[in-house]
Amino acid sequence: MQSVIPTSGFRVEVERESGEVISRCYQCGKCTAGCPAAFAMDGGPRWLLRAVQLGMRSEALDSTTIWMCLFCSACHARCPAGIDIPRVLETVRHISLKERRPPASKEVALFHRIFLGQVAGLGRVHELGLGGTYNLRSGHPLANIGLVPRMLARRKLPLLPYRKKVRWFKRLLSEEKKSGD
Amino acid sequence: MTKQVAYFPGCALEGSAREYDVSTRRVFAALGVELLEVPDWVCCGASSTHGRGQEVALALPAHALRAASQMGLPLMSPCAMCYSRFKLASLELAHPEARARTEAALGQDIGELPSVLHPLQVLDEIAPQATVPLDIKVASYYGCLLVRPPAAGFDDQENPTIMDRIVAGWGAQPVSWAFKTECCGAGMALARPDMVARLSRRVLEQARQAGAEVVVVACPMCQANLDLYTGEKDTPVLYITQLIGLALGLSPRELMLGRHLINPLPLLRAKGLVNHG
Repeated sequence: MQSVIPTSGFRVEVERESGEVISRCYQCGKCTAGCPAAFAMDGGPRWLLRAVQLGMRSEALDSTTIWMCLFCSACHARCPAGIDIPRVLETVRHISLKERRPPASKEVALFHRIFLGQVAGLGRVHELGLGGTYNLRSGHPLANIGLVPRMLARRKLPLLPYRKKVRWFKRLLSEEKKSGD
Repeated sequence: MTKQVAYFPGCALEGSAREYDVSTRRVFAALGVELLEVPDWVCCGASSTHGRGQEVALALPAHALRAASQMGLPLMSPCAMCYSRFKLASLELAHPEARARTEAALGQDIGELPSVLHPLQVLDEIAPQATVPLDIKVASYYGCLLVRPPAAGFDDQENPTIMDRIVAGWGAQPVSWAFKTECCGAGMALARPDMVARLSRRVLEQARQAGAEVVVVACPMCQANLDLYTGEKDTPVLYITQLIGLALGLSPRELMLGRHLINPLPLLRAKGLVNHG
């Protein structure tokens, strides 16, 4: 008998990379109902799965949904179809990054880029440097600023970072960038 | 019982969450578990490798797993994020293809994969030796990463009880509440502090309504979000190792209880939990 399920297209691409069977989603909506970040998303997880099923490629790749996910996995825990939904979201995010599309949340994308840059350059994350760099580059120079004196007073923000370059990780990041991966 | 573990503090425990590192070291020393710090450890990558390629996502946790493997010990991190990254990576690295790619990226063999532990799992197996009665109502807050995703969690995903069991064993009274595993906003504190404030306030409000006098956590992000993004008059948020330290008779200074923005000391003094220090 002839299959009526398409064997190419966006859904197949996301299924192949994520290892999740997205066609199993029957849109019950438990994921979005329990998603703590849904209020900050355009469509939410249920919508994203539907968009992938329907091959709405650019809508999915340019959605805020893939950037606002907190990876709390409440949706995964509750999905009656057993889909690892955060895995699907991060796969769509990966495809979006590979294609160098402007991220729908430049703040979240910038934060992660600075974070991994610190790991490569310092070996460990330095919170004061991370916050300072993020504020300078995000155009939100005063974000969280009220916390800084109170945290400094309690010695919660060491001034100096640990410093040991992680050359193999730096190489890995630049190889990924070059390959467009 | 595990008597020695490879200890991976993680970046937060060297900075904003140093009290978690110090209280963990003190409590485990008192309980006879030796923590041998992983030499020259490198960040686990935290939430920043979501959406990156498999090599980037697996290489950092693999680096720590390899180090623990060389030490011949289970890998333990008190940070729920590090723990989760290590646990999930160890499951993925069981597949030969993922392992080969990661070893090529690292330029080193990983060796036999060590088991991955969180301190709660170790504490759950140790008989409590409380010297100070903890007459206090506690909301055990698990957050996400200790119970989810299912492959990495070590307790019921909707109603975990391991922390309630541990604090009850040490003499405190766990309260029943509905927000045990609701997310605090995780690593969004810089990019979306508004989200973190909204989610964290909800968690503390629910703990208060359930009658909790303190909230106990086992994750540096949970502590930071609940402590920094709510209000200084809110319910104090302690690390479980700080609470156990109090039961062991350790002083507020030894447990660095003065570092939280929501000051727990007036309550702990009123309860008679710190006047001996």
